Amino acid sequence: MASPDPIADDGPVSPPFLAIALVSAAALGYEVLLLRLFSIIQWQHFAYMIISLALFGYGVSGTFLALAGDLIGRRFGRLFAANAALFGVAAPGCFFLAQRVPFNPLELLWDPLQPLYLAALYLLLAVPFLFAANCIGLAFCRFRGQIGKVYASDLLGAGTGALGMVALLFALTPMEALNAIGAAGFAAAALSLAAIGTGGRRRAMALLSAGLAFLLVLTGPWVELRLSPYKGLSQALRVSGAEIAQQLSGPLGLVTVVKSPRVPFRHAPGLSLRSPFEPPQQLGVFTDGGSFGVINRDDGSEAPPGYLDYLTSALPYHLLEKPRVLVLGAGGGGDVQQALYHQASRIDAVEANYQMVALLEDDYASFSGRLYGRPGVQVHVAEIRGFVAAGEESYDLIQLALVDAFGAASAGLSALNENYLYTVEAIEDFLARLAPGGLVAITRWLKLPPRDSIKLLATAAQALRRSGVADPSRRLVLIRGWKTSTLLIKNGAFSDSEIGAVKRFSDARSFDLAYFPGITPGEANRHNLLERAYFHDAATAILGPSGDDFIRRYKYDIRPATDDRPYFFNFFRWRLLGELYALRGRGGFGLLEWGFPVIALTLAQAVLITLALIPLTLLAVRARHGGGGGARKTPVLVYFLSLGLAFLFVEIAFIQKFILFLASPVYAAAVVLCGFLVFAGLGSRVSGRLLDHANPSLAPVVAIGFFAVAYLFLLAPLFEELIMLPLAGKMAVSLLMIAPLAFAMGMPFPLGLGRLGEVQPGLIPWAWAINGCASMLGAVLATVVAIQFGFTVVILAAVVFYAIAATAFRRFPGAAEPLIE
Amino acid sequence: MTIDGKKTAGWRQWIGLPALGVGAGAVFVLVVFLGPVPPQSWAGTKDDYAKARQGMVETIAAIAVETEREIGRRALDTAVMDVMAKVPRHQFVPEDLRGIAYRNRPLPIGHGQTISQPYIVALMTGLLRMTPGAKVLEIGTGSGYQAAVLAELAARVFTIEIIEPLGQLARKRLARLGYGNVEVRIGDGYYGWKEQAPFDAIIITAAASHVPPPLVRQLKPGGRMIIPVGQSFLVQFLTVVEKHLDGSVTMREILPVRFVPLTGDH
Repeated sequence: MASPDPIADDGPVSPPFLAIALVSAAALGYEVLLLRLFSIIQWQHFAYMIISLALFGYGVSGTFLALAGDLIGRRFGRLFAANAALFGVAAPGCFFLAQRVPFNPLELLWDPLQPLYLAALYLLLAVPFLFAANCIGLAFCRFRGQIGKVYASDLLGAGTGALGMVALLFALTPMEALNAIGAAGFAAAALSLAAIGTGGRRRAMALLSAGLAFLLVLTGPWVELRLSPYKGLSQALRVSGAEIAQQLSGPLGLVTVVKSPRVPFRHAPGLSLRSPFEPPQQLGVFTDGGSFGVINRDDGSEAPPGYLDYLTSALPYHLLEKPRVLVLGAGGGGDVQQALYHQASRIDAVEANYQMVALLEDDYASFSGRLYGRPGVQVHVAEIRGFVAAGEESYDLIQLALVDAFGAASAGLSALNENYLYTVEAIEDFLARLAPGGLVAITRWLKLPPRDSIKLLATAAQALRRSGVADPSRRLVLIRGWKTSTLLIKNGAFSDSEIGAVKRFSDARSFDLAYFPGITPGEANRHNLLERAYFHDAATAILGPSGDDFIRRYKYDIRPATDDRPYFFNFFRWRLLGELYALRGRGGFGLLEWGFPVIALTLAQAVLITLALIPLTLLAVRARHGGGGGARKTPVLVYFLSLGLAFLFVEIAFIQKFILFLASPVYAAAVVLCGFLVFAGLGSRVSGRLLDHANPSLAPVVAIGFFAVAYLFLLAPLFEELIMLPLAGKMAVSLLMIAPLAFAMGMPFPLGLGRLGEVQPGLIPWAWAINGCASMLGAVLATVVAIQFGFTVVILAAVVFYAIAATAFRRFPGAAEPLIE
Repeated sequence: MTIDGKKTAGWRQWIGLPALGVGAGAVFVLVVFLGPVPPQSWAGTKDDYAKARQGMVETIAAIAVETEREIGRRALDTAVMDVMAKVPRHQFVPEDLRGIAYRNRPLPIGHGQTISQPYIVALMTGLLRMTPGAKVLEIGTGSGYQAAVLAELAARVFTIEIIEPLGQLARKRLARLGYGNVEVRIGDGYYGWKEQAPFDAIIITAAASHVPPPLVRQLKPGGRMIIPVGQSFLVQFLTVVEKHLDGSVTMREILPVRFVPLTGDH
């Protein structure tokens, strides 16, 4: 075991477990909070990218530890306190500065300064993570005989922080939560100082008051969230007379209601030119400053909303009589109104965000004419897939209209968002809830060249085939307007009279027929003229005998999305990039979704950072300890790199898998992170017992492989069984499911670090740096692999990484080799 | 905090590490916030701008030639090209962006608004097929650049902006530059400009969820309307609304580039 440390003159004799846990909790809470904050001021996947890269702060802390060297032994208490307090300053402070970086992702293509601004952003946000990582790393170096326990309190704290932040966001606005994170940093610093003795206690009090004073400065109008001027909310508020009527904050999003009396919203996507009706007075509703929707005024002062019959989404109502309707994604209530307008006999509406429902049921109940209180209307706050899978009633119409904003869709800003509504499995679930002859109607924004609409058609065709329909082409109809397209999927074959109704509906509104059973080329492309009948050609090709071949040859990625690869909005293929780059002078970039190239760029940056940091830390280690070149380092590098990648691969894959089960990415991230970190912490705590084995990492790795592969087969059926549980129950079950896997995953890292502590303690900072870099790299790489190959491959890759790690452990430098110290 | 004098190494750590951090931070703050004067913000003389403008026109012309080869007909007519060579685009962008005003790229003009890529401006203007006596309506004045381009080709231009400060600025700017045939109004563009209707051409550069039917009604038979669809900085396609002499209306969607989504023969 480790030799006794030199006498510490100011440090506590045992690790300050509580302070360690508090710093970790604050750092992880900060990560979750940043995701929220950046989703509001920027766009979600940039948020995701910036935060992934900012985690390289963990990698840099290895260099700090190496440089600090033996000071850690003598000054641990003060170094720890200083770093915790600096975290307290930097967490809110760096976000404050980051808001002032003029980064605009929309200009990435045009402005050579933008990549620099982007780098500035994550460099800035890496600073708080550096301080937090320093605290933990200091404890590893100072108490290397108790690494398992130190790592355990680190992970337990982090796990609590992830879930704690979500809980906190129910009560606090994001900016208030930011200050709370800062306060936690100061509190951890004070805790560690207080452990030193009376002198430390006085200093602790002084530090706490200084910290609180600092945070007080950071409250006030000058630290408001600064939204990108290109987000919908910013643009709406520029219009003269527009103002915020109400704002609701919660973990699922920031919901902002805007009224614009002077220039009305008139939101009616793709409204037919032949509409004799105009949209009524509307309130704009923005979630996180984007994804725009409206609440229609319907309190008797307006005429009935006839305009709703002039949208492509009204088509199914012309094929059905008094249908029983299920509205998925009720939003501001427009689809419910549309169903009422068309005399639906019964309407169930599902909305995942409780705040949206609250708006219509409370604050704007009279404005909307008590829409959700009308006879036959029932609204459910639930996740869509869960609701569909769990229910038993059948419907004549399942209506899934636009649930995202055009802006985001057109720039491809949601290309990286997992979406479980437009997958083969989702459509199968929808079909299972249809009465005989019933319809699923899905309306999407129209893009040129066609992408969404035909990818959806391909997805629907596959879902039909998997539901046992031999010839899907008899059951599909696709029409398009100026900005939207609507796809009908029927539980049965379309009859001639129904096709007649489709034709009449479209003709009267100047909508184009893209596909119906028996369509002739002359019937397509007549109102909104395209150079060629692209939609018709694509639809008939996809449904024809060589459909797969067509999908493969199409320039965009229109392979059906599945639950394993739920990236409906990613249409990117590499060969597009070159072609459209050549056309940039003519506006070629407008035809590309930017999500994937951006994450590829992120990955490249992460690789560069890793390639720079790992040797740099090793240099620092050598500079402090001199020479030491004899010890075998490759196995150490391979071990910690594989572990970092593998841990993040499993974590990311599970977060994504659990989105389907836990209703929202926010809940999924919080619960999965919490589960993995807490149970890994417990695993770490008991891992010390394995250290006597020749290769202690072997047993945990075998367990990890077993559970990871088992869950590949078990998760889907388990979710199906348990999907009707209430949210709290689902969360508890999720934690239980994660527990055994995470418990085993918590062991290899402290085991490796513990072995290093015995034989090469000088290399601990290096291992810490490798782990930090690998975590950053792992998060980004996992997403790239998931988009290309699906989550199954991500998990299998993680298992392979663990196997590599176990092999590397056997070749660790032994005590017989020349020691660095 | 007392400094351990026994070891110089300690000294270096205590001073060195924070110094390193502070130093790096300072450089960072300088770079990002005070900003290196961006290379593009040179204060050009009139000649510099004229030269840059000529360069821009050549770029557009080269693209037009390529496009012509692909589509087998003229992409941009000479009148439009002459106007592009004449209108001082640098006068319509924020001062710090004047140096890059003539690059073939969209530019931010403040208030979350942008000015389109010159090639797209030229393309849209050409698609309107105006005659010298034309009366034109524009919804979404923005910087006023498109209005100025239109004013060079048409008899009168009426333009409406919903963002007050932008509209004010454009009005002053257009007056200063001598575009006496442009009238700027601040307000709702949905119902067009009834007093001046009908128009020979209408261009809607403001984001719209649908084509406003009142605007179609204000279009003269034989007239054309253009709507760029997309998002800030990126135009996805252009919609051309044509009102025929018999009053019937057709819409066409045009990609700004020649791009066939299928590969191989199909």
